[in-house]
Amino acid sequence: MLTLSGVGKRYPTGDRALTDIELTLPKGQVMALIGPSGAGKSTLIRCVNRLVEPTQGSIRLEDIELTKLSGQKLRHARRSMGMIFQEYALVDRLTVMENVLSGQLGYVGFWRSFLRRYPQEAVVEAFRLLERVGLPHALDKRADALSGGQRQRVGIARALLQSPKLLLVDEPTASLDPKTSRQIMRLIRELCAERDLAAIINIHDVALAKQFADRIVGLRAGEIVFDGQPSELTSEILTTIYGEEDWDTTPEPMEEDEEEQPAVVRSTSHEVMPALATGGAR
Amino acid sequence: MNTADTLAERRQQAARRGQWRRLAVIENPRLRWGLAIGAVVYLFLALASVEVNWARVAEGSARAVNFLGAFMQPDFISRYDDIVAGLMESLTMTLTSTVVGVLLAIPVGLGAARNISPLPIYLICRAIIAVSRTFQEIIIAILFVVMFGFGPLAGMITLAFATIGFMAKLLAEDIEDLDWRQVEAVRATGAGWLQIINQAVQPQVMPRLIGLSVYRLDINFRESAVIGIVGAGGIGATLNTSLSRYEYDTSAAILLIIIAIVLLCEYSSSHVRRWTQ
Amino acid sequence: MPVSFTSQGLPVWRRRTTRAQWLQYLAWLAGVSLFLLCWKLISDNTMWVFVEDAGRQGSDLISRMMPPRWEYANVLWKPMWDTLNIATLGTVIGVMMAFPVAFLAARNTTPHPLVRSVALMVIVSSRSINSLIWAMLLVTILGPGVLAGIIAIALRSIGFVGKLLYEAIEEIHPTPVEAISATGASRMQVMNYGVLPQVMPAFAGISVYRWDINIRESTVLGLVGAGGIGLQLNASINSLAWDQVSVIFIMIFATVLVSEWISARVRHAII
Repeated sequence: MLTLSGVGKRYPTGDRALTDIELTLPKGQVMALIGPSGAGKSTLIRCVNRLVEPTQGSIRLEDIELTKLSGQKLRHARRSMGMIFQEYALVDRLTVMENVLSGQLGYVGFWRSFLRRYPQEAVVEAFRLLERVGLPHALDKRADALSGGQRQRVGIARALLQSPKLLLVDEPTASLDPKTSRQIMRLIRELCAERDLAAIINIHDVALAKQFADRIVGLRAGEIVFDGQPSELTSEILTTIYGEEDWDTTPEPMEEDEEEQPAVVRSTSHEVMPALATGGAR
Repeated sequence: MNTADTLAERRQQAARRGQWRRLAVIENPRLRWGLAIGAVVYLFLALASVEVNWARVAEGSARAVNFLGAFMQPDFISRYDDIVAGLMESLTMTLTSTVVGVLLAIPVGLGAARNISPLPIYLICRAIIAVSRTFQEIIIAILFVVMFGFGPLAGMITLAFATIGFMAKLLAEDIEDLDWRQVEAVRATGAGWLQIINQAVQPQVMPRLIGLSVYRLDINFRESAVIGIVGAGGIGATLNTSLSRYEYDTSAAILLIIIAIVLLCEYSSSHVRRWTQ
Repeated sequence: MPVSFTSQGLPVWRRRTTRAQWLQYLAWLAGVSLFLLCWKLISDNTMWVFVEDAGRQGSDLISRMMPPRWEYANVLWKPMWDTLNIATLGTVIGVMMAFPVAFLAARNTTPHPLVRSVALMVIVSSRSINSLIWAMLLVTILGPGVLAGIIAIALRSIGFVGKLLYEAIEEIHPTPVEAISATGASRMQVMNYGVLPQVMPAFAGISVYRWDINIRESTVLGLVGAGGIGLQLNASINSLAWDQVSVIFIMIFATVLVSEWISARVRHAII
C-alpha cells in the first residue's frame, strides 16, 4: 500500500539524514521502526506526509505519488495519513473535543472550522472515538488539564477522525510511564486491527516493539540495517543497530498486565539505549 | 455541583447525537450578555461624541497626498543647518540625560527596593517614581521650560527626570526578586551595607541595568523629538516649525532621520544586550 | 584569572590583565570626554541667567498653583470623556490593524520574506514616531479634533502591539502547528487552530497594556490640538491660569492611576 523507493534526505547543512530507503508496507501491517536517536526515524515518517521534504526518491500511497503533490492535493493526501506525536502535540488551550475535531480540518471549510460548526456525522464520530479511547467525560476539559496518557489518547482520537488509511506514529510512549506506555501501544494495536490500518511506529523501546509489532525495521545512520519478524531480532542484530552492549538485560516480552515488574526492567532499557545510541548516530 | 454534573452529562448526550457547540468563554449568560451590551452601548456613545468636520477632512486630504508625496522626495538640503543643529541638540540631550538619569536612578532604585531599605526612604523613593512615571515627558517639559527658560537644558532635565522613574522602578523590582542566598553569603563574611550592595547585589542586577540603560537611551531619543514642541530644544522644534510652515518635504526628511536613528539604536542595543549576558 | 609574582616571589591576584585594565581606562576616558563635550554643547545653548533664577521661578510656580481652583473641575468632565474615548477607540483600531501585521511579520507565519520586510517596516515606522508627532501631522491633515487624536493613537499602537505580538508568535510551540498541518488543514485553519490559541493570552495582555499607555498619551494630545483634556491644559497654560493647571494635573494623575490598576487587574486575570 505504501511504497518508498530510493528515498533520501539531505539537510541544507549537508547532513545526510536518510540514504536510499526501500520499504513496502502492505495493508493492515503494523511496523515498528527502531534505531538510535538521530538515526533518521522521525525524518523518515515526516517525509511520508511531507512535513519534511525528501530530497530524492519516490513515495507512493496506493496510486498517488506523494513527493510531487502540492497545495490542495497535498492536503487531501495528508487526510489519509493520521499522525500521532511524541509530545502529544495537542493545542493546550483548546478543549478535548476541539482537539479531536481538528482531525476533520482537511474535510471542512475555513468558516465552518472557525465557527466550530462541524457536520453532525463528524461530531458523532468524534464522540464515538472519545468513548473508544475512554475519555467521554473529558469532552469539555482543556487539553492541558489532562495527564500524559489521556493526552496521547486524545491525540490518537484526533488522528483516527481523519479516517486515515495509514498511521504515522512518532515515539508514542517516550513521554509516558511504563504502564501507560503498554496501554497506549495496545490501544494503537487494537485500533489498527479494528480498522485494518497500516502503521509505522517509531519507537526506541525494543521490548515494546517486539511485543506489539508484526514487523521490525532497524535504522542506523539513515540506512536500513534490519528488516524482519520480531522473533528474528537477536542480540547480534541489536548490536549492529545500536552498538555494543550487554543485551541480555533487555527482557523477553512480558506476560500481559504485569504492572510492577516491567516498570523496573523497562526503565533500564529506556535509559541505556538512547545514551549509547548517540555514538552511532550521524 | 449537581447542576454542573448534569450540564456535563447533557453535553455528552448531545455530542453523542452529533450536536456540539463550543463552550462560551464567560459561563454566566447574564454576565456575558451584560458585557456585550455594555460594550456596544459604549462604542455607540463614544462614536457619537466624535465630531468630524467632513468639509475640513476633504480639504485636508489634498494635504495628505502632498505629504505622502513628500515622503517620496524628502528634502534634506534647504533646511540643512536647522536639521543638523536640531539633531545635535537632540543627540546631546539624549546622551547627557541618560547618563545623569541612570546615575540618579541607582540610589532611588536602591531606596525603592523594600528588601534593602527602611520604610520612610522606601515611601519617598516610590513617590518620586510614581510622579515621574505618571506624567508624560511633555508635561514635565512645560514646567521645566517655565523654570529654566527655553533651550536644551530644560529638555535634558526633563528626560533625566523621566529616566529616573523608569530605571528606578525596574531596578527596584530586580533587586526585590534577586537571589537572597548570595546576599546572605556575603553578609555572613561580615560585610557592611555598601559592601553587600557591591559584592552581592551589583553583580546580579548589572547586566540588566546596562541593557535597560541602552533601551532608555533609545526612548530618550524618541522623546527628545517631541519635547521641542513646547520649547525644550532638539529636533522636535525643527519638525514643529517645518510642519507649521507646511514644508512637508523637510518634515518628511526629519521623520526619516528619526526612524533611521531609532533603527540604529535598536540594532546596537540588541547587540549590547547580547554582549552583557 | 591573572596571577603574577612580585619581586619577592609572592603571588598577586588582580581581576584583569594589564592590557584589559588599560583598555578599560581608555573606554572610560572616551565616555567621560563624550559626556563633557555634550554637556558643553548644552551649556553653550543655555541662558544661565534664567537658570540662576530657576529656584525662585519654581517656588513662584508652586505658589500660583496652590490652592487648586476646584470648581474648574466641572468644565473638565467632557474633555476627560473625550480623552478616554481617544485612548479606547484608538487602541481598538490600532489593535485590529496590528493583528494581521503581526502575522505577516512573524518568521513562522509570514507568507513570503518580502511581505515580512514590508510588515517590519510598518512596525518600525509606527514605533519610531511618537503619538504626539503623529497627532501633529494628522491635525494639519484632518484639522483639530478628537478624530486626529484617535487615529494618532491607533497609528502609534500598531507598532507597539505588532512588535510584541509577532515576537509572541515566533515563540510558540511548533509541534501543535505541525500536528494541525498533518491533518490536511489549510493555511488559515493552521493559523486558527495551531497558532491563535497559543498567542491569544499574550495578545489580550498586550492590548490592555497598550490601552493603559494610551490613556497617558491621550492626556497630552490636546497640546497640539488633537482633542481631549490636553486642550484645556494648553489653554490654561497660555492664559497663565496655574491654579487650573494643578486641577488638570490632579485629574490626569487620578485617571492614570485608575487605568494602571485596571490594566494590572485584567492582565493578572488573563495570565
